[in-house]
Amino acid sequence: MIAMPRAGRRTAQVAATGLVLLVFLAVLAPYVAPYGVDTIDLAHRRAAPSPLHWFGTDELGRDVLTRVLFGARISLAIGLVSAALSAAIGVTVGAMAGYFGGATDAFLMRATDAMLSVPRLPLLMIAAAVLAPGVPLLIVLVGAAGWMETARVVRAEVQSITTRDFVAAARALGGTATRVLLRHVVPGVVPTAAVSMTLAVGRGILLESALSFFGVGVQPPAASWGNMLYQAQTTMSSEPWLALFPGAFIFGTVLCCNVLGDSPSVGSRDPRTGV
Amino acid sequence: MSGVLSFAARRALQVVPLLLIVSLLIFALVHAAPGGPLSLYLDNPNVRPEDIERLRGQMGLDQPLPAQYVAWLRAFVAGDWGYSYADGRPVMDRLLERVPATLQLVGISTLVAVIAAIVVGLLSSAHRGFDRATTIAAVAGISLPVFWLGLVLQLVFSNALGWLPSSGRSSFGGTDWLDRVAHLVLPATVLAAAHAAAWSRYLRTSMQQALREPFITGARSRGVSERRIITRHALRNALLPFVTVVLLDASMMASGAVVTESVFAWPGVGGLFTEALAKRDYTVLMAFLMCGSVAVAVLNLVADVAVHALDPRTRGES
Repeated sequence: MIAMPRAGRRTAQVAATGLVLLVFLAVLAPYVAPYGVDTIDLAHRRAAPSPLHWFGTDELGRDVLTRVLFGARISLAIGLVSAALSAAIGVTVGAMAGYFGGATDAFLMRATDAMLSVPRLPLLMIAAAVLAPGVPLLIVLVGAAGWMETARVVRAEVQSITTRDFVAAARALGGTATRVLLRHVVPGVVPTAAVSMTLAVGRGILLESALSFFGVGVQPPAASWGNMLYQAQTTMSSEPWLALFPGAFIFGTVLCCNVLGDSPSVGSRDPRTGV
Repeated sequence: MSGVLSFAARRALQVVPLLLIVSLLIFALVHAAPGGPLSLYLDNPNVRPEDIERLRGQMGLDQPLPAQYVAWLRAFVAGDWGYSYADGRPVMDRLLERVPATLQLVGISTLVAVIAAIVVGLLSSAHRGFDRATTIAAVAGISLPVFWLGLVLQLVFSNALGWLPSSGRSSFGGTDWLDRVAHLVLPATVLAAAHAAAWSRYLRTSMQQALREPFITGARSRGVSERRIITRHALRNALLPFVTVVLLDASMMASGAVVTESVFAWPGVGGLFTEALAKRDYTVLMAFLMCGSVAVAVLNLVADVAVHALDPRTRGES
């Protein structure tokens, strides 16, 4: 289990429960959602929240609760898979830079610095506008834009592990670089990488929703929390529920991730996290 | 002092290859579009194929990519940023005229966030109960989607209560300063919120580290008041990493400005970016990203040099 020094065990449990519940609801969306995701009901367009439609309906009479649940599928999938991708790239880059040092380190860290100095959201917005991605490519883009923080913390961790005696011993026994890295060094960075990945899930969800909010992410009629907000923007003053509920779900989910990953602003935090 | 200067010079030299990588990345991205930068015209039935060919020749898009890259980079460094596809005006003019509005918004937001972060950070390192409350508030603040916070604040303060204007930099024809301040309140709050949350946490962490130092125990044993220990002894030590983080967060400020300016129709550079994005105005987009990256790289450089100059402890390794 990840140590949670600051958030407190209780808070972390609440956050974990919330996330697990949301994943369940998302997976079971076709069964638990009260209406069909694309069921148009023109007689009940723009209906305010009521016992019949807990979160109200949109301009086509589609049930907002249903669409929020289906949106959770896309948002969570993008958040989780892109975070896994970021973690994979970040651990690889960080471990190689930290272990080999020298020119490898210099090159990889320059590349990391370069990626960090491009404002992330505008870069992704251009990439999404240019490539007009479907969900799989969107996951790759978000994942490829988020590995730098992991690479940095993993590199620092690997540097300190590499100086330890058991690594020297493994080398002395004739272990190849690959073997020493994979068997002795990388297992040591798993906790760090796990924390970093938890934070990356929240960041990925925020990035996806921001891209969709600007109309270059997940395209309608598919529902994602971000593109629901995008569509809600114009009629927000008359139908505020269209904007309130999807946004509240983004907020709640990212909050749970950040509580679990123990707020990105503490301890060894790299200051350049987040959207 | 010469040590600091040579450090600054060496650090500045590192920025050059970094910006080269960035420029390659941006160039490759824009040319990855099917049809390249002219893809918008390809979809437009009113633009004849021969016109596209003519444009292609005029803009050098028929050259091999490496040649195009070199030509583009050379022109960019020389200050020739090309012309906007949308209205044919020079890109540099379009960007520069938007800079004051953005500087105003980002400047005020940074100031507000820094002050809030220092107040909250100091109070939470002094009072345990206050610390618990601000921990929750800060994690919540970091998790808020900026655009949603903007929409909700518009909903409450503009639509429901009618206290504040929801968009623009001033009312139509309005020139008095009260009107301008009223327009600034909501966007500045939104842009400042997330940073205030993150920075206050950071300051609190470095305050706690400072408070564990032996010289604090020394001060306590001399009978220095707790208030003075926090505001004088600990804060002075915690302030340097804090300032560094504020400077390093410039990249996030740029992303935040794009979102905030778009939600509040603030006529700044970020708003120009979203307009250009909608029109696939690639010359403007490329110039925006390049300028953003240069600004971030320069601020990071300033942060590094400042730390090096002000804190002798960091000079060990070089």
